[in-house]
Amino acid sequence: MAERQIPSARRFKLDPIWLAGPGILYLILLLIVPAAGLMFLSFRDASGNLSFETYRQMFGAGIYVQVLVNTFSIAIQTTIACLLVGYPLAYWLARMPETRRRVVMWLVLLPFWMSALLKNFAWMVLLSRRGVLSQILTGLGMGGPVDLLYGRGVVVFAMAHTMLPLAALTMLPTLLSLDFGLARAAKTLGASGGQAFWRVVFPLSMPGVAAAGLLVFISSLGFFITPALLGSPRETVIGQLLITQVQQLLNWQLAGAIAVMLLVVTLAVCLVYDRAFGISAVSGERGDRNSNGVFARLGRLVIAGLAWATDLLAAVFDKVPGFKRRDWLLTAFCVAVMMMLLVPVLIFVPMAFGSSSFLEFPPRGYSLRWFETYWSSPNWTGATMRSFAIAIVSALLASAISSIAAFGVARSTSRAGNLAFLMFMLPMIIPNIVIAVALFYLFAQIGLVATDAGIALGHTLTALPVVFVIILTTFKSYDWRLDQAAATLGATKTDTIRKVTWPIIKGSVVAAFLFGFLHSFEELTIALFVGGGVRQTLPKQMWDDVLLQVSPTLAAASVIILAVVTIVFVAAERARPR
Amino acid sequence: MSQIPTQSQFSPQAANTVKLSVKGIKKNYGQTTVLQAIDLDVRAGELLTLLGPSGSGKTTLLQIICGLVDPTAGSLFIDGRDETNLPVNQRDIGVVFQNYALFPHLTVKENIAFPLRMRKIAGAEVDKRVAEVLDMVNLGHAADRLPKALSGGQQQRVALARCLVYRPGVILMDEPLGALDRKLRETMQMEIRRIHRETGATIIFVTHDQEEALALSDRICLMNDGFIAQIGTPHEVYEAPANRFSAEFIGLSNIFDGTIADGMLRTNEGTIPAPGLQSGESLLIRPEHVTLTGAAEGFLSGTVSETVYAGAESRLIVTLKSGKTVIVRQPAGADIAPIGTEVGLAWAPSAVRAVR
Repeated sequence: MAERQIPSARRFKLDPIWLAGPGILYLILLLIVPAAGLMFLSFRDASGNLSFETYRQMFGAGIYVQVLVNTFSIAIQTTIACLLVGYPLAYWLARMPETRRRVVMWLVLLPFWMSALLKNFAWMVLLSRRGVLSQILTGLGMGGPVDLLYGRGVVVFAMAHTMLPLAALTMLPTLLSLDFGLARAAKTLGASGGQAFWRVVFPLSMPGVAAAGLLVFISSLGFFITPALLGSPRETVIGQLLITQVQQLLNWQLAGAIAVMLLVVTLAVCLVYDRAFGISAVSGERGDRNSNGVFARLGRLVIAGLAWATDLLAAVFDKVPGFKRRDWLLTAFCVAVMMMLLVPVLIFVPMAFGSSSFLEFPPRGYSLRWFETYWSSPNWTGATMRSFAIAIVSALLASAISSIAAFGVARSTSRAGNLAFLMFMLPMIIPNIVIAVALFYLFAQIGLVATDAGIALGHTLTALPVVFVIILTTFKSYDWRLDQAAATLGATKTDTIRKVTWPIIKGSVVAAFLFGFLHSFEELTIALFVGGGVRQTLPKQMWDDVLLQVSPTLAAASVIILAVVTIVFVAAERARPR
Repeated sequence: MSQIPTQSQFSPQAANTVKLSVKGIKKNYGQTTVLQAIDLDVRAGELLTLLGPSGSGKTTLLQIICGLVDPTAGSLFIDGRDETNLPVNQRDIGVVFQNYALFPHLTVKENIAFPLRMRKIAGAEVDKRVAEVLDMVNLGHAADRLPKALSGGQQQRVALARCLVYRPGVILMDEPLGALDRKLRETMQMEIRRIHRETGATIIFVTHDQEEALALSDRICLMNDGFIAQIGTPHEVYEAPANRFSAEFIGLSNIFDGTIADGMLRTNEGTIPAPGLQSGESLLIRPEHVTLTGAAEGFLSGTVSETVYAGAESRLIVTLKSGKTVIVRQPAGADIAPIGTEVGLAWAPSAVRAVR
């Protein structure tokens, strides 16, 4: 019989990946173009000719080289510390019964969303000469006031403290998807507890460990808050250098050169990671890679050694009376870690209500005077209002862009979906400070520096990865057959979206919006550059004050930020469907 | 076409009226053809199963019928109208999805009312109809629960009720019982038969389970590799398989290949009587028709190599000298020959079928 072809208009369908278009355009215009422009600038001299003068300058001057060395070694040390402490924490969380984990997770998620500025400020107060720790030591008669600040040790400690939740939360999905039945199987096959862990569980969790290492390392490269607040001049890092060179001297060439270098290093790290695990492991997916190379063999050797050492240690401990069961050791360790994550920040609360004219713990008397100072200062209230407004605008923008893009990526069958995903992850992979300088460079040319709009556009950009991932996860787990079912039941496309799709995904879009809000509300780096010292956001106002003097008003501001963050965080977590 | 199917459309119509007609429907995904120009008529009020292994094209055909997938070529007629290009939501069709596709944010009642609301039916009428179908599927007590609070079997009933409530002309079911355990599946099969009888709906039922197909269907459409292998009543398909695929997919079968000469089939195992077989055909004998005889007495002889006791029957596997195995089914009560016994195999000539 004659085949009747279906009219082609009905069969021609645009792949939904095009819905990622606006977001990708946004990323190209606000991130890729200015970053590329900045990088090109570094290869030119003052008159615009090709030149490597900047690089000669950078690598010629001892001070720059020292800063580079500082930055990388601090980043590496921070990464190692985060992995060593974060792994047991993630492992502990993964082994927990689901209902209890949901509760305990809050204690890791909340510090994750608390601003780095707050956490580092806390350490500054706690560890200073007149700080809590020093007071306690003096009170105990263990020597006079001690200064624990201003050294490499405290910088790495506080930075690891800042990044630890990121590390633990990145490792968690891999550990959660891991079948712990395998460890039991290993034991029935004759492996000791240590052998089962090192030879089965640990290798399988490597993708998560590497992803955490990658993210922490990249975030640490551009991080300047900790070295600036807690370090001595010997701990100066690239971020601080950029602030002076760009903000004060407008040395774009140097900024470009530094951006080039950070990007090259970041890309190199990402490439190595991708070769080893596949980049998708960052989002918790497991790539299947099997290798028999030198590294794999070396890895097995190390694992064999660790397993042997654990067995030995276990044998020794077994001889100690009452030490037969050691499960509580991990719990005790993790509880201590979580206390460390929360307590320093919570200490602000009583201090902010103190009555004395400097920060002390515990306060001798209580009053609201510092909140009154805060409310009566137009600087603080103005900054607070501005932060709220900018956060709302950028969260709205980021969730709108992400929603349509995530829909496109989730529904697309095209391979371009992975590319779009990577594009949206760029603001997370490129060090924040590079983004901030690139935006500053772009906005300086189009008159958006020192405008609220400029800051909001920047915050939208850096909020995109987290907002996008939250919404994408929802769309990916959304059962599209529900839409088909609605259609067969007689619903039009609009009806389907209004009555079926939206009610189901609403929660996570709201959660994504709130997390976008949090991101912007606490963001410092972009506000620092793009705000141009005129448009003060709340974190920027705090930053300026911290550098000048540590006053109880800062504690009051911290408490207000803490309250906002906690409320928004709780709201977001509750909105998120389970 | 009216959006709201009337009662008359739903009531049993004269047998042999064609309700739905598939004419030359074909589907390609890129270079691969998953459905080869298919022709199929579904009669009003019948329960037709699309049976086949995975990848045979049965689900694709179902999706084309309900409009979720566009065919590459061909047309679809419902009640004589060409509905090939009609959007899903305007077709007079109901679908029960494989995993039910119940809306998780709506209660049972709201789920069932959904299609009525989409058809802008008035509130009182909605309540009445929802109560009716809830009764029909025995779920009156669960009306206000959310789907996740229901068991698999209950969810299945809700999906069915949601489909029945707007009385579509054709109901499509895509492996609706696949997720249920055996006992529940059998109960639901009875329910579906009952509801089919009571409503007189035309049902197209997709399954890969041949027992389910035999138990449920008025007719079976057996599919393989994008083709229709055979259409017929369960009895026809089982007793007179049109081809080797039919014979092997439905029920257990023993097939002997060889050359025909003088009404005998010459095989590697020996020469056996082959009444009515044409050249190029093979001989099919169902296991329940094979009887055990003394080692020297049957058409063929071999050794019992495995016995399976299954309560109502026992199954013996007899290995012939050539290594070929023959399955024998014995009713309960028969003595089970121990493994290693030399036996002969015989059958009534009338039980022999020819297959290609």
